[in-house]
Amino acid sequence: MRRWLICVLVCVFALAGCQGGEKDTGGAKTDKLTIGLVLSVGGLGDKSFNDSAYEGLTKAEDEFGIIPLYGQPEQMAEDEKYLRQYAEQGADIVIGVGFLMKDAMDKVAAEFPGKRFAIIDAEVDQPNVASLVFREHEGSFLVGAIAGLISATGKVGFIGGMEIPLIHKFEMGYTEGVKYVRPDADVLVAYAGSGPQAFSDPVKGKSLALSQFDRGADVIFQAAGSTGNGVIDAAQERGLFAIGVDANQNYMAPGHVLTSMLKRVDVSVFQIIKDVVEGKFEGGIHVYGLEIDGVGYALDEYNRDLISDEVLARVEEIKAEIVAGTIQVTDYTATH
Amino acid sequence: MNEFLSVFSVSLFLATIRKSVPLIFASTGGFFSERAGVINIGLEGMMLFGAFSGAIISVFTHNPWLGVLGAAIVGGLVGYLHAIATITLRANQIISGVAINMLGVGGTIFLCQVCVSGERSFSLGPADRLPVWGSFIPLVYMAFLVVGLAYVFSYFTVPGLRLRAVGEHPRAADTQGIDVNRTRFFAVVMSGVCAGLGGAYLPFFSGSFAKNMTSGQGFIALAALIFGKWNPLGAMAASLLFGFADALQETLQGRGGLPPQIFQVIPYVLTIVALAGVIGRSVGPAAVGKHYRREEKD
Repeated sequence: MRRWLICVLVCVFALAGCQGGEKDTGGAKTDKLTIGLVLSVGGLGDKSFNDSAYEGLTKAEDEFGIIPLYGQPEQMAEDEKYLRQYAEQGADIVIGVGFLMKDAMDKVAAEFPGKRFAIIDAEVDQPNVASLVFREHEGSFLVGAIAGLISATGKVGFIGGMEIPLIHKFEMGYTEGVKYVRPDADVLVAYAGSGPQAFSDPVKGKSLALSQFDRGADVIFQAAGSTGNGVIDAAQERGLFAIGVDANQNYMAPGHVLTSMLKRVDVSVFQIIKDVVEGKFEGGIHVYGLEIDGVGYALDEYNRDLISDEVLARVEEIKAEIVAGTIQVTDYTATH
Repeated sequence: MNEFLSVFSVSLFLATIRKSVPLIFASTGGFFSERAGVINIGLEGMMLFGAFSGAIISVFTHNPWLGVLGAAIVGGLVGYLHAIATITLRANQIISGVAINMLGVGGTIFLCQVCVSGERSFSLGPADRLPVWGSFIPLVYMAFLVVGLAYVFSYFTVPGLRLRAVGEHPRAADTQGIDVNRTRFFAVVMSGVCAGLGGAYLPFFSGSFAKNMTSGQGFIALAALIFGKWNPLGAMAASLLFGFADALQETLQGRGGLPPQIFQVIPYVLTIVALAGVIGRSVGPAAVGKHYRREEKD
C-alpha cells in the first residue's frame, strides 16, 4: 500500500515538473533556427503580457518555420535555469520575458558570450543582449486621456500588479494623461502586492476594483497581468469601465472595457526573431514608442461605440503632440 | 476626520464579508481535522484543488452548481489522501500537509495546462458563474451555514462529541467503544470538503482561475482557527477580523497617510498576540498531532 502510494506521488510530482512546452528537436541537425522563450511568472493564459509574447513566437513559427521552445518558470529563482538550459540546447536566440528576469539574464548572457539573447522590459548592458523596452508611459498617457474625457464622476482608478518601478511608469503616465485633459480629476491608486504573485491574483484585482468603484471611480486602468482579469470582471459586474493592458483586451467584457493600452510585446518578439533569421541581430537597446506603434491604444468593434468622435479626435491630437515632442510625458524609470 | 470616517461604510462591510468567506470555510475545515487530533496544514493545497476543480468543472459543464459540488468532492478526496497518509500509514502529519500544499501548487498547474492548452489561468464564461443573491454569490451564505452546522454538530450531537473526544483523549474514547481512526478519517475528509468549498469561492468570485490563487489563505485560516481558540464560532469571528483588516488595507491604499503594508500585517500580528496568550490561553486539542494505536502505551 505504502509503496503504491509513493509511486503515485512520485509520478504526480514528476508530471507536475513537466512545465515546459518544449518540442523535441531530437538533436538532429536541421537548418531551422531554434528560438527559446522564457515567460514571466504569471505564465500563459493571462490574456495580456505573457500571451502576447507567446503570440510573437507562434507568428514567427508560422512565418519562418523556426523551432520554438518555451518555458514557464514557477518562480523567479527558476528564470536562470531556463535561460541557461535553452542556451545550452543551442537556441539561436534566447528571449527572456519581463523585468523580473533582468539579473538572471545579466548572469547567463555573460556565461555565453557567443550566444544571442533578448530581454523584454529591462536594459541589460551586454553586447550579446538586445534589450527590448517600451515607452509605456506614452501609451498610458493616451488611455489616461480617454479615461479623463469619458469619466462621468471625475474620479478614475489605477490598479497595478507588483509594486515595481516599471508599473509605476504606467501609473505616472496614466495620471498625467488624466490630469492633462481634466486637471481637477481624482486618480485612485492601488497595488495588488509586493511579490510576483501580485501579477496572478484575480481575487485581489477584483476586490481592489470594487473598492475603487465604491469610492466613486468609474474607469479603472489595470496593469497587473492576470490580476487585471479580476478588475475587468468587477467593471462588468458594476456596469462601469476597465481599461485593458498590453494585449487588446476589449473583447473580454464587450461594452465594459473602454480601451486597452497596447504594448506590442508580440511585435518586439517577432521582430527580434526576424532580425536573427535575416542575420541582422544587434545587441543594445531597442525602443518601442508611440511613433512606431510599439505602444498605443486599442480601437475595435467592441469599444468603437464607447468612445465618441470628439474624444477620439482629441486623443489623436494628443498622440500627435506626444510624437512631435510638444507634450512631454514623464518616464518614472528615468526619474527614479 | 471626515475622510477617516468615510472609510467605514457599507462598502467596507461588504468587502469584509467577501474577504472572510474563504477563510471561514477553510478555518472550519481546520476545526474538524484538528479537533479530531489530526494537524492539517494542507488546507492551502486543499483550497487550491477546490478552486481549480470548481472552476474547470463549471467551464466544461456550464453548470456552476456542479462546479461547487465537484470542488467539495475533490477537496474531500485530497482530505482522504491526507487521512490515508496520516492515519493509515501513520506518516508525520506536518510532512503530509506540506506535501499536499506542494501537490496543490504543482498539481493544479499541471492539470490546468492539460485542460486549457498549456495555459496557467483561464476565465469563466457568463454561463459558468454562480448567480448573485442580494450582494453576494450563494457560497457566502453557505459559509455561515457551514459554521452553524459545524458548531451544532460538534457541541450538541453525539458523533460531534465523539469527534472531539477522539482529539482530546483517544484512549478514553477507544475504551468507550469509539472507533478512533474511523472518526479521524471522517473528520479529515470533512476538513477537505470545507477547504475545497473555500477554494471554490475564489474563481466564482473573481471570474477566473489563476495559478496559486489562494496565495497563503489556507495558512491564514489556520491562524484564524488558533486565534478563535479551536472553536468554529471563534474561528469565524477571527476570519471576519482578518477579512476586515484586509478590506481596510485595500480601502486605505492610495489615500496617503500610513503605508498599506501596516494593515497587511494585522492578521499576523494578531495571531502572534493570540499565541502569546494576551487574549487568554488558546489551547489546542490535547491529542493533536499524535498517532493512535490501540496496542501502544501512551
